[in-house]
Amino acid sequence: MKLDLPKYKTSDEVDFVIVGSGAAGGIMAKELSESGFRVVVLEQGPYLTEADFVHDEVKVIGGDLLTNKPKLQPTSFRKTPNEKAKPQRALVYGRLVGGTSVHFTANFWRFHEIDFVERSKVGPVPGADLRDWPITYADLEPYYTKVEWEIGVSGLAGASPFDPPRSKPYPMPPLPVKGSGVIFERAARKLGWHPFPAPMAILSQSRPGRSACINCGFCLAFGCEVGAKSSSLATAIRMAEKTGRCEIRPNSYVHRIEMDSNGRVTGAVYFDEQRNTHLQKAKAVVVCANGAETPRLLLLSANKQFPNGLANSSDIVGKYLMLNSGGVTTAVFEHPLNDYKGFAVSRLLHDFYELDPQKVGFYGGGGIDARFDATPIAFAMGGLPPGTPGWGKAFKDTLAHNFTRTMELFCHGTSLAVENNSFSLDPDLKDAWGLPALCLTYKDHPDDLKLWAWQNQRASELLDAAGALKKWSQPIGEQQFAVHLLGTCRMGNDPKTSVINSDHRTHDVKNLFLCDGSSLVTSGRGQPTMTIEALAFRAADRITALAKRGEIT
Amino acid sequence: MIENLSRRNFLTRGSAAVSAVWLSAHWPAIVAAAEHAHQAAKSSAPPKFQFFTPEEGAEIDAIAARIIPSDETPGAREAGIVYFIDRGLTTFAVDDQKTYREGLPALQARVRELFPSVEKFSIATPDQQDQILHSLDDQAGPAPRRRSASTSNSFFQAVRIHTIVGFLIDPDSAGNRDGVGWKVIGREPEHMFQPPFGYYDKDYAGWQPNPPSAEKTKA
Repeated sequence: MKLDLPKYKTSDEVDFVIVGSGAAGGIMAKELSESGFRVVVLEQGPYLTEADFVHDEVKVIGGDLLTNKPKLQPTSFRKTPNEKAKPQRALVYGRLVGGTSVHFTANFWRFHEIDFVERSKVGPVPGADLRDWPITYADLEPYYTKVEWEIGVSGLAGASPFDPPRSKPYPMPPLPVKGSGVIFERAARKLGWHPFPAPMAILSQSRPGRSACINCGFCLAFGCEVGAKSSSLATAIRMAEKTGRCEIRPNSYVHRIEMDSNGRVTGAVYFDEQRNTHLQKAKAVVVCANGAETPRLLLLSANKQFPNGLANSSDIVGKYLMLNSGGVTTAVFEHPLNDYKGFAVSRLLHDFYELDPQKVGFYGGGGIDARFDATPIAFAMGGLPPGTPGWGKAFKDTLAHNFTRTMELFCHGTSLAVENNSFSLDPDLKDAWGLPALCLTYKDHPDDLKLWAWQNQRASELLDAAGALKKWSQPIGEQQFAVHLLGTCRMGNDPKTSVINSDHRTHDVKNLFLCDGSSLVTSGRGQPTMTIEALAFRAADRITALAKRGEIT
Repeated sequence: MIENLSRRNFLTRGSAAVSAVWLSAHWPAIVAAAEHAHQAAKSSAPPKFQFFTPEEGAEIDAIAARIIPSDETPGAREAGIVYFIDRGLTTFAVDDQKTYREGLPALQARVRELFPSVEKFSIATPDQQDQILHSLDDQAGPAPRRRSASTSNSFFQAVRIHTIVGFLIDPDSAGNRDGVGWKVIGREPEHMFQPPFGYYDKDYAGWQPNPPSAEKTKA
């Protein structure tokens, strides 16, 4: 079907400009355009489609085909704000229409009730600024259900006794179990734990225009050629375009939001592919650029009224970054699993989602999944047991024996909100357009590292129960690379301690909204995308209501 | 660790991540080098080196053949690794030229030091060759994952990493000849699979529900 896609002039004041087309931006575009609004989505990356996605790790991963470009977009890192940051590859995110949802693993757990009220339940945590959300799980539940049904999530309702209440089952059954999942399930039950089929944003049954998963094995880091992965590209973006009111404008790098003398934003300034500058005028701006680029854009948009960054009267834009903790324990089994076939994860458990700080001695909680996701070179250099020679016959024999017999347990956990952990503008480093580069400042809270070690212990117990021939954990250490980009423009009722209110409207600017990982108040247990998408559905509802009541412009 | 480029705990894998960054930065040129190795290994005519002299090429070929030896299954030699490295040194690994230029004479010196009667590495016996390489492998110890681009300024580490990359890169993108590297590790070449995938899921009886009650906090 040939769609009649609108082409708005930059001088044409559209209802909404959305910056970013990923997990949140895609859904925002769909919902606002389906509500009758005229929408322009500005996306810095290219507009690729399934035909452009190949099983070529050299082009895709090596060439940063789908992700941010370190050469054009350098970054820096430091542990604390007192240090001078060093240029270093510091983060990865999807940089194309569909954003990170194109290349992610597609683990799609809901947050649980506890994630929204943890401060009230476990009290303050020294060295962190743990807060309750201004909304609860119950507020978000209808939108989690929307994600599952409209975007497409496979899973089995009621399979985990720890699951929060839900209003509807999943729209389709879970994906098939992998060898790693069978081993995990049997061992976890021996220990009295409660494994369950992993909820995944990957189709187990085909939908119009989208195939069910064909188990190709090129999932994490790759775009799905058959549309089985429920990325924004394969779902919400297409629905938005079907309305005839939404223009997706790729290769458009927004670097400033303009404001008028009345304190209202008037549109977004961007570079096109030829680096010409344009201002797309709009009645309101919704920034969904991710937890790194959203605060960066606000900081880049400093003006007379907001010298520290647009909508940054609180001075916390970019701060309280949470990356989630995570441990990897690898194991080798007697027979071939061939776990390189298929998607990454088929089983997980949530027995440790809510740990009692009084009992374990630290704040936190998490989930443990069974997976294998290493490509051959990666496996050769990083997947062999400690003690394996790096070359020669023993190296070759171990490589040849282990590649099909290896699986991993991935422990996902909480990160606490710490003020010093942030994305900020590097004072010296510039990107290829001459704009200040992102600086990552990060030092894990001690409790996050304790949780990491504690969960690794559980992973070891499980692998012992499973009869692994060999197992080992990757060393625990402070993180200096960001993938989950959470909490940097957090939601709250108090304008002094939060950037947006529960409608995702900035406290400072009436017609400026933010929605993506930056909105999160707590980190959840390691799988944030499902919640980012539920928030986007909810935010779009709130924004639509405000607009229809004439309360935005 | 290439995969780790998109994994959230990138650095939990230690300096493997550094290798990933290195690989990433050099991939387009690596592909070109792989294509070259592919053609060179296929061709019946004696292939030409671009960077190495024929004598140097023979030495590198002999080192690569100890890193991934040929036995019942193919090794570095069958994958045409020396041509992959030769092309690489004028493209993706151009920064390593000095390492190779200085490393080869140092290797020669080490051969004479350890085995005065042996003229060069490539004519030493396999056992002698392994002794020589062990003496160069200053990263003795476990964990190949501890080795990375940061240690590849050492000649031997450079040859080691280049050999592994050339052996295991995706055959569809012109890597290891006839996919021999993938055959060795048991990675089937197809891109569409049906369960059961392996030994452990083939007799899976189907999902059985967990017992209904569970304590929320196990710890």
